Amino acid sequence: MLSRGVHPLMAARHLEPDTPELRARWGSFAWNAENAEKAKEVLARYPAGRQRSAVMPLLDLAQRQVGAETNTQGWLPIPVMEYVAAYLDMPIIRVVEVASFYTMYNLVPVGRYHVQVCGTTPCMLRGSDDIMSACKKRGMHKGHTTDDGLWTLTEVECMGNCASAPMVQINDDNYEDLTVESFDKVLDALARGETPKPGTQLPGRHTVEPVGEPTSLAAMVKENHDYRGEW
Amino acid sequence: MLADKDRIFTNLYGFQPWNLKAAQARGDWDNTKDILAKGPDAIIEEIKASGLRGRGGAGFPTGMKWSFMPKEPPKDQNGNPKPSFLVINADESEPGSCKDREIIRHDPHKLIEGALVAGFAMRARAAYIYIRGEYIREAETLFAAVREAYDAGLLGKNAAGSGYDFDVFVHRGAGAYICGEETAMIESLEGKKGQPRLKPPFPAGAGLYGCPTTVNNVESIAVAPTIMRRGASWFSSFGRENNKGTKLFQISGHVEKPCVVEESMSIPFRELIEKHCGGIRGGWDNLLAVIPGGSSVPLVPGHMMMDVPMDFDGCKEVGSGLGTAALIVMDKSTDIVRAISRLSHFYMHESCGQCTPCREGTGWMYRVMERLRTGDAEVEEIDMLQQVTKQVEGHTICALGDAAAWPIQGLIKHFRPEIERRITEHSASMQEAAE
Repeated sequence: MLSRGVHPLMAARHLEPDTPELRARWGSFAWNAENAEKAKEVLARYPAGRQRSAVMPLLDLAQRQVGAETNTQGWLPIPVMEYVAAYLDMPIIRVVEVASFYTMYNLVPVGRYHVQVCGTTPCMLRGSDDIMSACKKRGMHKGHTTDDGLWTLTEVECMGNCASAPMVQINDDNYEDLTVESFDKVLDALARGETPKPGTQLPGRHTVEPVGEPTSLAAMVKENHDYRGEW
Repeated sequence: MLADKDRIFTNLYGFQPWNLKAAQARGDWDNTKDILAKGPDAIIEEIKASGLRGRGGAGFPTGMKWSFMPKEPPKDQNGNPKPSFLVINADESEPGSCKDREIIRHDPHKLIEGALVAGFAMRARAAYIYIRGEYIREAETLFAAVREAYDAGLLGKNAAGSGYDFDVFVHRGAGAYICGEETAMIESLEGKKGQPRLKPPFPAGAGLYGCPTTVNNVESIAVAPTIMRRGASWFSSFGRENNKGTKLFQISGHVEKPCVVEESMSIPFRELIEKHCGGIRGGWDNLLAVIPGGSSVPLVPGHMMMDVPMDFDGCKEVGSGLGTAALIVMDKSTDIVRAISRLSHFYMHESCGQCTPCREGTGWMYRVMERLRTGDAEVEEIDMLQQVTKQVEGHTICALGDAAAWPIQGLIKHFRPEIERRITEHSASMQEAAE
């Protein structure tokens, strides 16, 4: 295994060992009824004979189904990848290559909530160190799942929310403009099984406009203004 | 300052709904048929005349790029015509960049209509919008908006009543910065690891599935319908020669009010920050440095930035680049070596592993940068690092190697005394400890 100290490269991610227990649990994986429909829809997006293009969306779909079955964010056991490979009539190694290359595919089990703290420079400048410390204070460690199975912590690279930094993505939602206090509130709410409001956590801010009085497009705040009359 | 009536992305902040009905009330999809009726060549000429340059970072003239697509479809080995494709790059992952996200979640119909206009102009059969995997909710909006467009007859057979058949598909990535490189994106769309291809052949000759393909940034495509409606001369009335149009600027870091805002190209840096961001945190004297175009361009010391026109040439004149117009602003509280070292970590993490200088070099550079951060190094190593960046730069298939090298070169160029200070301080403290 290629190892780069504490910062593994994308290529250094590892697969969960292929054990009899893993086979017993996931060997009979198949799309549930809803996902079988979705998989067909996905395939229809690509030209005939190019079904291999569907491998990324189908791995995502499979990971989500595993997530639903395990009450976690989901991950990709080898037998599940084999199922996708068979579904697309492609060699398993080509599927594993894709799954191991793209970091959003979890190759090992994760917790109920995957806390992905952005640590790249724009977030760093706005205080992502404090957000990371808040995670550690709750017993989270990078690359690990807490013993209660609730949290998996990952430091991720730029998530494209730089004008509302610092941010954390937890499963499908982003929490932006975080302070330690507002972040704690989000985590507390999730731990209680609630769904906190995603997006900016800064009172008075809507999305990525400058806070306070609008510096542009003030008419849009109140109504769906049509500017064409002013052209 | 750009007047609101001249802003293209009027729902940039999402105060109003993104849906088709609301978008149409703002002017999107208004007689798209008439635009297409001008014909592919006239559309390309209009875009060329507007001076629009690619908004994804490289700044290649958009109309010229479209004109590289074949007018007559090439034949495959069986003599059947090959389709052409438009691929829209929504894999926004450059640290500092956060504009395409706002277009997609708040104004998706500008992008979808643009896909039809651009796709028609380059005689493409379909467009694939490749959206970064982490934009999960944004992709949900985009899928729904595409569905709306189909249901309204704006896409598919006889799209928008034009007589032209055109499809738009959304493809989600899964967390790899490198897929923003156009040939890596094509590989990824084909269901493979996103590793860039050697060029030539260029995508316009052999791209997606071996067919003629053009890859354009979201913003470049989304502005096209408005340019067609208001005319090339309207668009080119903004900005300096060679740097025309309006542009989405993204300001992050140590300003009072970080934001995304559409402004006229060539707006001076200081004016942009004063007007929209409430100034620098702690005042202008507190400005240390700015990365003006996303992480891949060299930083510029604050005092050199003040009057720089925010456009391609203006940023180039101070030894940097406009890139995606993502300004990362740093005040004097910043650990500047760490700020750049963190970017080195980013490139190490995102190197696809294909070319040795990048795969090995990005990790090596990060490790040296970390030692320079703490001062645990020899002064000679600064020059060694500089040399290594030169050995990575230009020696890889794609520009990720260059992008990893430039921020470090910028740091050494402008902040060498600071790096040396840390080394001297560290060795003095070690000396003291030894005595």
